[in-house]
Amino acid sequence: MRKHHSAIALLREALSGHTGWPRAWASPLPRDRYRVIVVGAGGHGLATAYYLGRNHGITDVAVLEKGWLGGGNTGRNTTIIRSNYLQDPSAAIYEKSRELYEGLSQDLNYNVMFSPRGVMMLAQTEHEVRGYLRTERANYLQGVETRFISPAEVKKRVPIIRLDGPRYPVLGALWQARAGTARHDAVAWGYARACSAMGMHIIENCAVTGVRSEAGQVTGVETTRGPIGCDRLAIVVAGHSGRLAEMAGFRLPVESVALQALVSEPIKPCMDVVVMANTVHGYLSQSDKGEMVIGGGADGFNNYTQRGSWHHIEETVRALVETFPMLSRLKMLRQWGGIVDMTGDRSPIISPTPLGGCYINCGWGTGGFKAIPGSGWATAEMIAGDTPGPLAAPFGLDRFREGRFIDESVAAGVAH
Amino acid sequence: MLLLTCPHCGVTAEETEFAPGGQAHLRRAGPGASDEEFEAYMFLRDNPAGPHLERWRHAYGCGKWFLAARCTVTLRVLGTYPAQTAAPPDDIRRAIAGGQA
Repeated sequence: MRKHHSAIALLREALSGHTGWPRAWASPLPRDRYRVIVVGAGGHGLATAYYLGRNHGITDVAVLEKGWLGGGNTGRNTTIIRSNYLQDPSAAIYEKSRELYEGLSQDLNYNVMFSPRGVMMLAQTEHEVRGYLRTERANYLQGVETRFISPAEVKKRVPIIRLDGPRYPVLGALWQARAGTARHDAVAWGYARACSAMGMHIIENCAVTGVRSEAGQVTGVETTRGPIGCDRLAIVVAGHSGRLAEMAGFRLPVESVALQALVSEPIKPCMDVVVMANTVHGYLSQSDKGEMVIGGGADGFNNYTQRGSWHHIEETVRALVETFPMLSRLKMLRQWGGIVDMTGDRSPIISPTPLGGCYINCGWGTGGFKAIPGSGWATAEMIAGDTPGPLAAPFGLDRFREGRFIDESVAAGVAH
Repeated sequence: MLLLTCPHCGVTAEETEFAPGGQAHLRRAGPGASDEEFEAYMFLRDNPAGPHLERWRHAYGCGKWFLAARCTVTLRVLGTYPAQTAAPPDDIRRAIAGGQA
């Protein structure tokens, strides 16, 4: 059913009224049993399934989704892709991910609209300047190309910015030229199409309600569409990881909170990079449609509401109007929230669990979108080899007990 | 916007007057505790979709810590009570049971 996307295919369809495009992925009935079940058809879950097939030849895979494909945080983020983290394990997985994004459209034969437009993280206090200078040196040693730039260069790249804001003047910025954005839905759709073409089953509207095990080994899941057996189970459900972990009989060092974003009415092109202002809590890019895409702060308390507290919008918009005065007249079109899974060290968990054959990928917190390809790659490697590979190994659940934190509270301190 | 009542000063105010402080009733593991017990105290958290017992501080008011029962799905505050308690009082338990029913 899969039709190869190409200029010729597009031309042929243009001449025949675009009636010949098939569904991008199939909608099969669940079988009784699969070798691997992935819970969660968001970016990370679908990427895990995709790399299980592509890298390890495992295609007897089902991806179960309680709602619709890509309808969770994959469809709710601000699409920023960057790899300018501080610690070596983070640099390894986020840079792997960024590299995979560069070739993802070709790899999937699906346009994910990766746009390496550059990400600029503003330094607006002396502490931030020192922090980013340190990150720049760390990135240099890690082989991640970043540069600390002057206020003059900030202004040159972002003419609409105000450097001498009333509270926090711009003192410089950490600039990653090869970072950028991608079309978030297309990432999920592209992976889903590629998984479906390999014969994997993507089953939407199928919520997992229980985990079956025998003698400490996972044997399958209970779902709203009946029990399904498996040899290996991957839990890749972001904000709802705690609930799945409870079903599988273990606890996680994770708390779920709502993180918000909003978009403005579309305007003419005015900013061709991504700007993050972490001190004043706001980040901004302009979508291809012209909307200003704005991300803000996370709630301070646990919740599952997918909307977030009202006063965080005010804080975010206030910060942005200080730094970008021209935005003050813009009308906002939409606001929404996603449930993000926060760990104590702001780094993810890619790990085996106390239940045999059951693996978990969670804890991406406020910044999971950028990590989708690398995360899927590392999780697939862990499931196929029954042990974490080099990318995943530092991100084990045991790091909290052993004190091996991967502290990214600066790089990920603000929602992004 | 949450509405919370501080059990110390009796003021009912919006959440911007308060600061959230995470899960309530955590018990610090003793000096002879195992690594697992200390890990549970330091890092492992209940993360329920439903009633949650948690700490709050009346940051822009009397400054005191107190505890609250709140549903993480509906955001309904089921009750607040003093921090000097090892477990939720009966009226909070009843409110939680009622909120779930």
